Amino acid sequence: MSAVSDVVDWFADPTHWEGPGGVPTRLLEHLGLSAAALGIACAIAVPLALWLGHVGRGGPLAVNLANTGRAVPTFAVLVLLAIGPLGFGPGSTVTALVLFAVPPILTNGYVGMREVDRDVVEAAKGVGMSPWQVARTVELPLAVPLLLNGIRLAAVQVIATATIAALVAGGGLGNIILLGFGTQDQAAVVAGALLVAAFALVTELVFVVLAGLVGRRPSPAVAEP
Amino acid sequence: MASSSTSCLQRNDWVCGEYLTTRADLIASSALEHVVLTAVSVALGLAIALPLGVLAFRFRRVGAVVLGASTALYTIPSLAMFSLLLPFTGLSATTVVVGLVLYSLTILVRNVVAGLQAVPADVVESATGTGYGPVSLLLRVQLPLALPTILAGVRVATVSTVALVTVGAILGHGGLGDLIYSGLRTQFQAEVLTATVLVVALAVVADLLLLGLQRAVTPWQRAAR
Repeated sequence: MSAVSDVVDWFADPTHWEGPGGVPTRLLEHLGLSAAALGIACAIAVPLALWLGHVGRGGPLAVNLANTGRAVPTFAVLVLLAIGPLGFGPGSTVTALVLFAVPPILTNGYVGMREVDRDVVEAAKGVGMSPWQVARTVELPLAVPLLLNGIRLAAVQVIATATIAALVAGGGLGNIILLGFGTQDQAAVVAGALLVAAFALVTELVFVVLAGLVGRRPSPAVAEP
Repeated sequence: MASSSTSCLQRNDWVCGEYLTTRADLIASSALEHVVLTAVSVALGLAIALPLGVLAFRFRRVGAVVLGASTALYTIPSLAMFSLLLPFTGLSATTVVVGLVLYSLTILVRNVVAGLQAVPADVVESATGTGYGPVSLLLRVQLPLALPTILAGVRVATVSTVALVTVGAILGHGGLGDLIYSGLRTQFQAEVLTATVLVVALAVVADLLLLGLQRAVTPWQRAAR
């Protein structure tokens, strides 16, 4: 079990906790990249999903986009963007993260709006609500649990893709794993992987708690880890 | 477009016929490795998911634990998953397969359970009434009726596995992902784009083949429509 003690030693080494390659810096990079990408993806996908769901159009597009997203390897897209026009750096990374975060939000938001009981919507119209009032006070509150589930899937996807981004453009917790591979330091590889896994699981947990607050269990995961 | 005196390899074009002809063997062997890694992983995943799913269906408490654990596994980013397995199985194709099997379980177990749950209670009752024991009920009534849902899970698992194999490049066993990784380091555009297109094509072909299989083994579904 020397592998375990090596990893414990890695975490105990104070030099791994300071400087530009230290755990806190890498964690902040990972958090920054992920939060930026998730924020941009929400800004694009949430209004679009709610509007498409409200008017009931673009259903096949919203659903097929998520299925297509699953077939496209995130690693390949990261590399294509980096050696292509965007170049190596945070620009490529955030673009790739956004590309993969949009489909789950769009699909779940759309389905959430469409799943609202049509009778309820008709009743709301019948009592004289405007389309805007129907969307805001009837459909949106009922769609929130599924929308939140979409954002959760997107977050899990973003964190996983941000880890792979270290292979391409550097930065984030994936860098610790990559450096470990480069120096054949297995303890560093495992320590980095544990940090990434913990980060992802804590994020998932935050969303489970959020989903509990709005009162519905999350449905199956469809993102690519 | 450009002068024909220099080759597309020298110009580092995105699309290059000469790349295809000169590297045909490498592309073919990488694609073959990609197919084998995917097929082995999904087959092993299914072999484990069937008994696990039946157990989870029979015993609700087991089901909660199995589904919870597999969801948590799915949250772990792929790069971290492969890295965490490194101390056990080393830099090998086995590590990649074990990681991919773990991911496929999330989708497959869920679909096995959902398929079994969707078998109508009166069908089960009349089968029991005509003398089916628990084992023959499972093998000859419940599992065949759950087959469409199980195969739908196999399709989703296969498509996402094809994409995930690429990350195995970090261990040197990523099928076409190996070409993407080496193309990244040498900024070889034709290599990266060709491999990416092939990965997506593989996912599409696998999905269509499985759709054909699904139609062939469940002819009653088509008749019902």
